[in-house]
Amino acid sequence: MKDVEMKMLERAKALLESGEVARVIGWKKGEFFYDPTPASFETVDELKDFVYNWFCGANLSKYLIQMSKKEGKTAVFLKPCDTYSFNQLVKEHRIKRENIHVIAVECLAKLNIEAIKAQTDGIVKSVDVVEKDVKVVTTSGEYTLYKPEVVLSKCAVCNKTHQVKDEEIILHERPVRDVDRFEEVEKLETMTADERFAFWKDQLSKCIRCNACRNVCPACSCVKCVFDNPKSGISAKANDSEFEEKLFHVIRAFHVAGRCTDCGECSRVCPQNIPLHLLNRKFIKDIDGLYGQFQAGETDEGKTPLTSYTEGDVEPKDVFNGEAK
Amino acid sequence: MLKIAKERLNELYAKINEAFGLYIPIKKAGEVNYHVWGEGKEVSIETLKTVKSPKNMFFPQSENMMKFKTEDKNISIEDMNFEKKPFVLFGVRACDYKAIDVLDKVFLADPVDTYYQSRREATTIVTLACSKPEESCFCKVFDIDATAPKGDVTTWLDDNYLYWQANTEKGEKLTSLVAELFEKGGEAEVKAQQDATKAVIDELPFSNLDLSRFKPENLNELFNAKEWEEMSEACLGCGTCTFVCPTCQCFDIRDFKTNDGILRYRCWDSCMYSDFTLMAHGNSRTTQMQRFRQRFMHKLVYYPSQNGGLYSCVGCGRCVNKCPQHLNIVKVIKTLGGKNDD
Repeated sequence: MKDVEMKMLERAKALLESGEVARVIGWKKGEFFYDPTPASFETVDELKDFVYNWFCGANLSKYLIQMSKKEGKTAVFLKPCDTYSFNQLVKEHRIKRENIHVIAVECLAKLNIEAIKAQTDGIVKSVDVVEKDVKVVTTSGEYTLYKPEVVLSKCAVCNKTHQVKDEEIILHERPVRDVDRFEEVEKLETMTADERFAFWKDQLSKCIRCNACRNVCPACSCVKCVFDNPKSGISAKANDSEFEEKLFHVIRAFHVAGRCTDCGECSRVCPQNIPLHLLNRKFIKDIDGLYGQFQAGETDEGKTPLTSYTEGDVEPKDVFNGEAK
Repeated sequence: MLKIAKERLNELYAKINEAFGLYIPIKKAGEVNYHVWGEGKEVSIETLKTVKSPKNMFFPQSENMMKFKTEDKNISIEDMNFEKKPFVLFGVRACDYKAIDVLDKVFLADPVDTYYQSRREATTIVTLACSKPEESCFCKVFDIDATAPKGDVTTWLDDNYLYWQANTEKGEKLTSLVAELFEKGGEAEVKAQQDATKAVIDELPFSNLDLSRFKPENLNELFNAKEWEEMSEACLGCGTCTFVCPTCQCFDIRDFKTNDGILRYRCWDSCMYSDFTLMAHGNSRTTQMQRFRQRFMHKLVYYPSQNGGLYSCVGCGRCVNKCPQHLNIVKVIKTLGGKNDD
């Protein structure tokens, strides 16, 4: 990963020095090695804090809504999954494509520090990845963890490839993996209605309504969310009952259905680790089944299943009655 | 000092729960938060940081305040601040206990917030000393001793025993209720654990943060610091930091039309939210930088200037762990506080 970081840094410097771009969007060092922050770099001097490592999980696409409105061109480093969000935002006219220079950057999955801490004792000093081994050194000793168990949930079943690139920095090819992203959804589908209700009740009653899932979501790009708008008549900051949050989350999942690219940021940022991505993934699976395979964000143009009509479209009543083919 | 074998803790919880309600860190759907104890629940007092702090017990995320109803020409008002049943809050860490001091200065100052007060008075607090602090902890910066929290009762936990020491009248009362479960002893074990933990704390990366510049006389200089723009650049404007913070105390009050009159409730609010300062004339904070600055200026400058120098941060480190984009108060302190951390 260090070799990739060096290449990225080199490229960022060249782009800024030549004046081709006014700023570069990437990640900068945090307080530890595992908490980098999305950042905009406008000078070569600022790049001293630039970092790209196993913990750069944040999707930078949504920041481009603001950045693409600024003067001058913006270069951005996008991982495979981030490019789907980028396309979707371009399609929705949120990002001015001509103002952005996309540097596709490799990703071999990103790690989840909370999962690493849960499997180790003491204070984490360093993390190194060799193939599927994650070697962790803490104040209590050395550990070798199995990588698939400590990656971010969004990375666990990802086989995405870059859909946009003005140039690329890819030094290591990622093998296509034998994973099924709908496995967890299928598990929920086989539950009885009561079991499924109990599962979501337990999960969603943890919600503290911090709105991190909404605010980080590239599909949630409304200038003013209806839940924040006092004039909407339904603005709300609190849950009336422990489980009222289901309404917020289910409504949000409906609202982004057909546009959600499955970037998984909602689950990454949730302070209570609610598997919110499963709601979205259920919709994706249903859309695939009812309208034919569709992946939001594969292109930045064209019609989508939920925004176009064809005579062969499934009848809502058949979906409701469970008779849809 | 008293002690009880770890495997008998469930008996202790059951006994306390018989006489009072017992709120204790419990793992539910994978996360540890304070919940009412019950047989078969997965208690996890070893967990260093519950996701939500125990402030929720005195200042719930949402609570009903009153109901009113119009019939003919009469308006009837029903006060919903009924007397709270006594309960025991178990396992509170030193930072979270100190945070209650911060909240008290807001809610118990004149005019007293009776909703908060009734819960506060109904509570017996059993604290738990830390023995495994982590790298995001920095309570030492605020002169908090994680190995000797106060409270009505202080406890220490090691691999074999829970050690127990009553500090107040309320604590003595609770102790007499459960005394039969305990045996005497533990001073040496506790002392050894405290010494070992203090040595770890001294070495933690944030234990020497410099707060020296956060003084009322530097208010304007800090307010106008150019660094706020950069520090807040990646902020999503979500409420995670606010809602996991044990000292954040802002709320919103709203009326809700029900089928049976009007319900007035209050709920946590966040200065990070865009409509937090929305007033009839408009909004006084229109950018995320201004909201971000407010949160930290309040904790490090405004609050202490009104409360004898007491900071409204206790170094629990929840924001360090939970901010989706890894912004936090430590970065603010390092950037604007002073230089001794270099």
